Amino acid sequence: MNRISRYIVLIIVAYLIIFPLLWIVVSSFKPQRELFIYPPKLLPMRPTIQNYIESLKYGDWLLYFRNTCFVAVVRTVLMVVINTMAGYALSKFIFRGRDAIFYSMIATLMIPLQVIMVPIFLLLKSLGMLNTLWGIIIPPSATPTGVFLTRQYMLSIPNSMIEAARIDGGGEWFIFRRIIFPLSQPIVATVGIFSFMWSWNDFLWPFIVISTSKLNTLQLALANFVGQYQINWGSLLAMTVITMIPMIVVFILFQRSFIRGMTAGGVKF
Amino acid sequence: MRKKKLKGNFNQTLAPLLFLSPNIIIFGLFIVVPAILGLRMSLYQWSILGEPVFIGLKNFTELFGDSMFWLTLKNTLIYVFLAVPLLLVVSLLLGLLTAHRLPGIGIFRALYYVPAMLSLIIVGISWRWILGEEMGILNYLLKAAGGMPVHWLTTDTMAKLSLVLVTVWATAGFYMVMFIAGLQAIPDDLYAAASIDGANKWQTFFRIILPLLRPTVLVVLVLSTINAFKAFELIFVMTGGGPGYATKFQVQNIYLVAFEQDRMGYAAANSIILLAIIGLLTMIQFRMTRGELAGE
Repeated sequence: MNRISRYIVLIIVAYLIIFPLLWIVVSSFKPQRELFIYPPKLLPMRPTIQNYIESLKYGDWLLYFRNTCFVAVVRTVLMVVINTMAGYALSKFIFRGRDAIFYSMIATLMIPLQVIMVPIFLLLKSLGMLNTLWGIIIPPSATPTGVFLTRQYMLSIPNSMIEAARIDGGGEWFIFRRIIFPLSQPIVATVGIFSFMWSWNDFLWPFIVISTSKLNTLQLALANFVGQYQINWGSLLAMTVITMIPMIVVFILFQRSFIRGMTAGGVKF
Repeated sequence: MRKKKLKGNFNQTLAPLLFLSPNIIIFGLFIVVPAILGLRMSLYQWSILGEPVFIGLKNFTELFGDSMFWLTLKNTLIYVFLAVPLLLVVSLLLGLLTAHRLPGIGIFRALYYVPAMLSLIIVGISWRWILGEEMGILNYLLKAAGGMPVHWLTTDTMAKLSLVLVTVWATAGFYMVMFIAGLQAIPDDLYAAASIDGANKWQTFFRIILPLLRPTVLVVLVLSTINAFKAFELIFVMTGGGPGYATKFQVQNIYLVAFEQDRMGYAAANSIILLAIIGLLTMIQFRMTRGELAGE
C-alpha cells in the first residue's frame, strides 16, 4: 500500500470506529421531539442542552457523579499503594514462598469475578459491607495485574541503589518511599490510570454490593435507567455523555501511560 | 533476571511480608476466601436466610438435567466462538494498519483505542440507540442505501450477532495495542531479507510475521476468550437476555438463579462448571500454540 492509500484506509476505519460515539454526542443535544423524527437528521436542527439540564435537575445524577468520583479516586490511590508495595516485595526481596505467591496471584487472573460473585455477596453481607461505598472500594483493590506490572518494572531497577541506601542506614519504608517509588514513576502512572479506568467503568462490583439508589455509581444508575419500562432517551443519552467525559479526558492526558501498560502486559504475559 | 542476591538482613523476611500484607490480606479475604466458599456452597442447598443443607453432588446432577443450563451454555459458546476469532482478525488487522511509523499514526492508534476505554454499560446504551429498529441510525442508513431494515436486537440470530459485533467494536482496540507491540518487536531486517529473497506480501505475512506473532496471538486468544465468557454488561443493557432466552448467557443464568431464585448453592455449582470450561479452553489454547511452536 502506498502512503496515500494507507492514510485513506486509516481515515475510513477511524470514521467507522468513532462515528457511533459522535452520533451519541450529537443525539444528546437534540430536543426530545427531534430524537424520534424520521428520517433522522445528522445534526440537531435546534441544538439544546435541555436533556442535560432536566436530568441534572430532576434526577440524582449529581449525587451519583459524586459517589463515582469518590469511589474512583479512593480506589485508585489504594490500588496504586498496595500493588506497588506488593510489586516491590516480589521483585527486590528473596524469601521463602515468593515465587509461589507471585504465580498463584497470576493464576487467579483466570478466575473471573463473575464466577465468584455469589460467595462474594455472602461474604460482604457477613462483613457488613453491603450497601457501603467501601464495599466497592476495598475488595477489588488488590489486583494481580497491578502487582505484575510493578514487579516487572522494578526488576530493572539496580539492586546497588537499594544496597547503598541500606548501608547509609535507610529503613525499608524509607527505601520504598524515597527510592523505589520515585524511580518507578512511569509504571506507577500506568497502574494509576488503569486503576482509575477500572474503577470509573466498574459495573459488576457496584451491581453486587449496592442496592440503595442513594449509593448508586454512574454506571449502575445508567444500567438501572435502561431497565425502566419507558426509556427517557434524551436524559439517558445526556448522562451517557457525562459519564464518558472523565474517561476521555484522562485518556487524552495520559495516552502514553495507557499504551505502555498494555504493551508491557501483553509482551511479557 | 536477578544478577546479585541482596545481602542478608534481619529485615529480609519481615520487610517483604509487611510490604505484601495489605495486598495479600485484601486479595485473600475477597478473592481466595470467596473462591473456596464457592466450592463449599456448591455442595449445599444454600439460601440467603435459611440454614445451609448439605446435599453432596445433587446440585451438579440437577444441573446436568437442567435445560436452562444447557441453553445458556449453548448461547455462551456460540457467542464465544463467534466473538473470539473475529476479534483476533480485526485487532490483528488494526495492528497491521497502525504498527508502522507514519506521521500522525499516534492519533489513529488513539482513536482506535477509544471504545476500549469506555465502560461496557456506555457501549451497550450507545449501540442500543444506534441499532433501534424504527428510529435507529443504522437501519436508516441501510434503507437509504437501498437495503432492508434489520431486526438487530429482536430476532434470535441477529441479537446474538449484534452482541458479537458490538463486542468486537468495543474491545478490538485493546488487543490492537498488543499486536502493535508484537509487530514492532519483529526486526526490520527480516522484512528486508524476505523481500530480497523475492517473497511477496502474503508470503511475508504468513511465513514470517504470523509465526513470530504467535506469543501475542496466544495472549489475545486467552484474554479474549476469558473476557467473552464474562460478558454481562452488554447483555444487561442491550437485550436483557432476550428475545426470549436467545442472549441469556451462563453468567446471567448464574446471577438470576442466585439472586432472584435465591438458590445460591445451585448457582455456585454452575459457576464451578463454567470455571472448569474456561480453564479447559485456556489449556487447549496453550497446548495448540505451544504444539505449533514445537512443530516449527
